[in-house]
Amino acid sequence: MDTIKSQQVTFKVFRFNEETDYLPYYNTYVLDVTHEEVVLDILNRIKWDHDGSLSYRRSCRHGICGVCSIKVNGKGILACKSRLFDLINVFGSELVIEPLSTKRVVKDLIIDKKDFWDKHASIKPYLVSDIEEHPASEHLVSPHDAEKLLEADYCIQCGACHYSCPALAINEEFIGPAAFAAAYRFSADVRDEASLERLHIVNEETQGVWDCVKCMECAQVCPKEVNPIEKITKLHNMVFEANIAKNNVATRHAVGFAHSIEKHGLLDEGELVRYSEGNFGVMKHIPEAIAMFKNGKIVMPWNMPKSKNLDEIKKLIKSSSTVKF
Amino acid sequence: MEKLKYALYTGCTARESTPELLKSTMAIADKLGIELVLLDEASCCGASHLQDYDDFLSLVLNARNICYAEKLGLTMVTICNTCQLNTAMTKHRLDTNPELKVKVNAKLAEVGLEYKGTSEVTHFLYALIQDYGLEKLAANVKVPLSQFNIAPFYGCHNIRPSELQNLSNGGENPYNPTSLDDLIIACGGVNVNYEEKNKCCGFHAELQSPRTAAILTGNAIAGAMDANADWMVTPCPLCHLKLDVQNHGASKALGREVHLPVLHMPQMVGLALGCTPVELGLNHHVTKVNFV
Repeated sequence: MDTIKSQQVTFKVFRFNEETDYLPYYNTYVLDVTHEEVVLDILNRIKWDHDGSLSYRRSCRHGICGVCSIKVNGKGILACKSRLFDLINVFGSELVIEPLSTKRVVKDLIIDKKDFWDKHASIKPYLVSDIEEHPASEHLVSPHDAEKLLEADYCIQCGACHYSCPALAINEEFIGPAAFAAAYRFSADVRDEASLERLHIVNEETQGVWDCVKCMECAQVCPKEVNPIEKITKLHNMVFEANIAKNNVATRHAVGFAHSIEKHGLLDEGELVRYSEGNFGVMKHIPEAIAMFKNGKIVMPWNMPKSKNLDEIKKLIKSSSTVKF
Repeated sequence: MEKLKYALYTGCTARESTPELLKSTMAIADKLGIELVLLDEASCCGASHLQDYDDFLSLVLNARNICYAEKLGLTMVTICNTCQLNTAMTKHRLDTNPELKVKVNAKLAEVGLEYKGTSEVTHFLYALIQDYGLEKLAANVKVPLSQFNIAPFYGCHNIRPSELQNLSNGGENPYNPTSLDDLIIACGGVNVNYEEKNKCCGFHAELQSPRTAAILTGNAIAGAMDANADWMVTPCPLCHLKLDVQNHGASKALGREVHLPVLHMPQMVGLALGCTPVELGLNHHVTKVNFV
């Protein structure tokens, strides 16, 4: 049997009670932790041995209910699944324990997830299908069709990605990675009949997939490896395939790359902005363009560099394109 | 040690809006005795937007770029985080999905190419650290940057998702990255710690979501300023464009003046190696590099 290793760790724990506190504060605890312990063990020890008023959510304690998600040194984790020694490896022996969102705290590590659930509900996270109430046989889904769901089914609604998404932290309308992953999960299901309706929801400007900043935070933080940004890319693709992509700055920004690559191999940066924004919209970029021009940062159209063997690229764009806009 | 030699995938930005990146990359490679062969045949990687429109086309084009590094029998180095992500992602998908590789190769065969999977893909930052070595680099420093507090700005697409990036970035942890900090120290500078160093600059949402993008840019510069940085350094030209060119919009969105010189990673190394400002293209910056 392995011997138990232990180490002293300083925990700074976020405290706030919306009923009594004006400002949040941190309590510090110095504890010996063993290599077997997870963060939830420490929260329990603090509550049971030091301060019974510390509040946090816990339930299944094996990574399936999703309620114990919190942040440690800014990293979203499931308290019941994250070993202390792994965190010490990354952050050293001072760990800061905070709620997923300091803006939405009810008490200590407990947050009000209403915004999360509202977003989730908004994309109809369930199968919409006219089914017979008394079917004669099971409604079977082939393994091939089941594989289309990818890992989207593994989501436990812990909110780690939702409260790590920088786009969502600024733009409150943004639906966010967890709900997008759910939108993909049900829209990719062969039994579902509301796919188009969902695609219209995620295709809307400000709230939809187009406002994703592509930071990969959601793919990184997910404790169940759902990889939400992969599903966001799939939703983009489905919007084009369903032929409902609007002719706007966001869609033209994606399509413009294909045009530019076909012409030059490389991206014509200036033309991409003009094509995406339109001849009128591009005007707002003029002050920047002048500053860039003055510093030799703008290549004139007649000097636009081209890839060698451009004919290969042109040929591949013709033969390998799978969608039209 | 055998001379280091790589196939350099410049990406588009280094040939257009950040010419100083290509210039300084070639300058420090020359100083350090690293040979870089330009992949002039390569196309744009699609910058993580083409794949939203046409995923398969994006795969074929990125695979074609890698083919040219394979033909040379060299590791491909990138100097843009987004090129790195898209190229590494393509390589990973093709190397782990034989069926997809056959489909992509069927297209590449039309132009006489075949993707084999024989070339590694790594960002120049990590090639410098892992292959050249920080100790050797430090030994070559002629002008230590000891008078400067330098804020590293890592850029998302070099560190996340770690499952993919760790294949080439030496196991960098995206929640506490250290490579750029270590490089600053090797150059004799003082590395500045701040919360936004591993956060998003907003570049990819700039056209369709300008407010979000501007606030993210502003937060990054403000974080570095509040940590008492003299300037910032980044391995990504897209982050550089946001931080260097767009700080006026960021200031407006934030309601606070944010403004710091931002150097490309090879420009910082070049300064320490004793390259001249002209060799490093420091005249190309919109936010003036006023300390050299």
